[in-house]
Amino acid sequence: MSVHALRKSASSSFVFVGIGLPIEASAPAYQSHGTEGSHLTNITNTKKAFPVLAVNYEHVRKPFEIALWILLALLMKLGFHLIPRLSAVVPESCLLIVVGLLVGGLIKVIGEEPPVLDSQLFFLCLLPPIILDAGYFLPIRPFTENVGTILVFAVIGTLWNAFFMGGLLYALCQIESVGLSGVDLLACLLFGSIVSAVDPVAVLAVFEEIHINELVHILVFGESLLNDAVTVVLYNLFEEFSKVGTVTVLDVFLGVVCFFVVSLGGVLVGAIYGFLAAFTSRFTSHTRVIEPLFVFLYSYMAYLSSEMFHLSGIMALIACGVVMRPYVEANISHKSYTTIKYFLKMWSSVSETLIFIFLGVSTVAGPHAWNWTFVITTVILCLVSRVLGVIGLTFIINKFRIVKLTKKDQFIVAYGGLRGAIAFSLGYLLSNSHQMRNLFLTAIITVIFFTVFVQGMTIRPLVELLAVKKKKESKPSINEEIHTEFLDHLLTGVEGVCGHYGHYHWKEKLNRFNKTYVKRWLIAGENFKEPELIAFYRKMELKQAIMMVESGQLPSVLPSTISMQNIQPRAIPRVSKKREEEIRRILRANLQNNKQKMRSRSYSRHTLFDADEEDNVSEVRLRKTKMEMERRMSHYLTVPANRESPRPGVRRVRFESDNQVFSADSFPTVHFEQPSPPSTPDAVSLEEEVPKRPSLRADIEGPRGNASDNHQGELDYQRLARCLSDPGPNKDKEDDDPFMSC
Amino acid sequence: MGSRASTLLREEEIEEIKKETGFSHSQITRLYSRFTSLDKGENGTLSREDFQRIPELAINPLGDRIINAFFPEGEDQVNFRGFMRTLAHFRPIEDNEKNKDPIASEPLNSRSNKLLFAFRLYDLDRDDKISRDELLQVLRMMVGVNISDEQLGSIADRTIQEADQNGDNSISFNEFIKVLEKVDVEQKMSIRFLH
Repeated sequence: MSVHALRKSASSSFVFVGIGLPIEASAPAYQSHGTEGSHLTNITNTKKAFPVLAVNYEHVRKPFEIALWILLALLMKLGFHLIPRLSAVVPESCLLIVVGLLVGGLIKVIGEEPPVLDSQLFFLCLLPPIILDAGYFLPIRPFTENVGTILVFAVIGTLWNAFFMGGLLYALCQIESVGLSGVDLLACLLFGSIVSAVDPVAVLAVFEEIHINELVHILVFGESLLNDAVTVVLYNLFEEFSKVGTVTVLDVFLGVVCFFVVSLGGVLVGAIYGFLAAFTSRFTSHTRVIEPLFVFLYSYMAYLSSEMFHLSGIMALIACGVVMRPYVEANISHKSYTTIKYFLKMWSSVSETLIFIFLGVSTVAGPHAWNWTFVITTVILCLVSRVLGVIGLTFIINKFRIVKLTKKDQFIVAYGGLRGAIAFSLGYLLSNSHQMRNLFLTAIITVIFFTVFVQGMTIRPLVELLAVKKKKESKPSINEEIHTEFLDHLLTGVEGVCGHYGHYHWKEKLNRFNKTYVKRWLIAGENFKEPELIAFYRKMELKQAIMMVESGQLPSVLPSTISMQNIQPRAIPRVSKKREEEIRRILRANLQNNKQKMRSRSYSRHTLFDADEEDNVSEVRLRKTKMEMERRMSHYLTVPANRESPRPGVRRVRFESDNQVFSADSFPTVHFEQPSPPSTPDAVSLEEEVPKRPSLRADIEGPRGNASDNHQGELDYQRLARCLSDPGPNKDKEDDDPFMSC
Repeated sequence: MGSRASTLLREEEIEEIKKETGFSHSQITRLYSRFTSLDKGENGTLSREDFQRIPELAINPLGDRIINAFFPEGEDQVNFRGFMRTLAHFRPIEDNEKNKDPIASEPLNSRSNKLLFAFRLYDLDRDDKISRDELLQVLRMMVGVNISDEQLGSIADRTIQEADQNGDNSISFNEFIKVLEKVDVEQKMSIRFLH
């Protein structure tokens, strides 16, 4: 949101107030003011005992208070989730606001001035992480499929809301009995524009918990993100004009132009920074540790740069995240990816918590001017205008959609239009010269409370009641990927036959352009040639292998390794050991060298991985994987291991080994068959992955079943377990892997 | 251009096509002009060469299969009726059709007919099963030449493993429907034909 307006406002410093800890003023250890010095020379005459213990609160006050607030906020959040029934009924945002109210009340009782949600703090520190998190993990496919609908809701819907509310409130103010005849039209329109925008923070907080189907989720959420441009323009427009007092046609025209400049400019700024980030990530193969920082900093710079030019910061942030993601993820290591994900979720979670708590505190703190009619009318008008807007727009939109929006969808879209902290901060930014500022603030807070509490709490039972389609939890499926891509090609072809340049045609053109030109520049090494299908498959297999290890199924190998020294050569243990080596080598190779990503649909703030990723190991699959493994192992052990030179093309696309779906059951009982013909020697190119284990290779060439092999195997295994669980000191080899994403 | 009287579309033909495929009058005329523009031989039918001249199909990995889908079994020419019948699969499903009387024959653009169309593109030998080889062929067409057969084989195996429920190492039509149940086929397999 427009920080530039802050220049007009008086408050531009952090308004944290201490809670009055007792302070013992003593000479601070490290400060050396001039006066202090002279003071010291005065008192050295009277020698005091050397201060063994001194308290100097002023020294650390600001960081201390900030840390304390954040800690308290997080402890509150922790507390909620420990009370199971409460968190199931009441959305977290409501609870946090209540906590904020309590804390604010407490502070007021003590006699201090409760801090208010400072707008600069909000727009510069608290909002960006949430938006970046949303933008980086934005589900692209549903978003682009519905972008037309989203834009219509965001732009036209917000305009409708603003003018409808502003106009009707002005009409209300004209009524003598209300006593607000001093409010002019522009002020009302300004108020309307502030309160009409759907808030992404509130929407995220509430929708995340109800797991609604993807279409409705992306509609409401996308709308909340894209309406920022409209809000910026309207707010600035009316703010400017309310000073002047008149609006001409030229101004309106300039306003429209401004809208395009703001939105497209924001997207452009974001895209530029996104490409810069992607390009930078191409060269980070030797400095893996700072990779996440590039992502965060470039995004933040995009936000700040666009705010500097009065463009839409939110759209810049979204554009940056969306543009940079495919390329960055092709270049960075797995650990960096995990870091980025965790940090974004963490920061956005903290921000959200703080925002809601501060909303509560500010409510207690802020100056209030209560006018029953105005406030109640505002709340009612919000609802009415939202409902009318959604219904009207859907009626028009459905004429152009393939999949129409049903009445249930419309209801949820309308009901999910929550207002939140952005509206409050914008209201707070209004300079005190507006005589209605306090009244507006009160009304905004009431609307926010109403939407968050009433709508937030009731949306979940309503979703259940209306039996709205929920999000289908689905594991990533190679079938879906293949068939979806297949259908893409099919539809593009049919569009070509019809001579119809539609959605698929342009998507295909963009893909082609991306593949030939853009990827070449932005993706390191040879990765840019890898088809998406292959990358997806590899990641899926890898993820399964990791899950097998993490769920403790592989360690069952270890005991048998130890006992193997005592076992006579029988087919079963020997095969187990072979398999174990194979598994170890494959896992190590894949983990060391390659691209892994957990493909999770990262909407939720609370869970980072999809909960239901269990392998359903069926008998058929079990047997098949056993067959595969046996086939492979017989190769590794018969083909000499000096085939190390990998072809560049094969190196990158090595999921030959990925197709190992292991399960605990397979180890003790083994039935092997040889169904398929032996694989080509190229399969053994794995050997190149093990340059630091010469002894192991020697083992392969030598006779099987020697004791040293077992011991080595054991060390191997432990090393692997360590690799997987805890990053050790010399993990350079491991980190040396770029990884890709779909 | 010569006399094209024999290839002009008659009203009753339009009506028949309308009934069979559900396209509107204007859509049929528009597609007919497209048909004639593709028909370089001007004999009222399209041959494979006519399709291959379309640039989008030339670069499409599935180009050949799509072309084949237009031609009925063993024939080399497709007339306008056949052309429309194939295209009818891609018409968006309308709400009023969903509630239609189930006794009437299923429209060409129903969800299962769309899926059947896609299924037939995989299943060239029409044995109602997508075998490993058929899947491999499609995968090879989609990913290009850089990937080795081995690797593609693994993907194919994995795909069949995921989908196969009756253990016949191939994907039947019902299994195909099942794996795609989460995909919004109505939207994915529909083209918004201009009115």
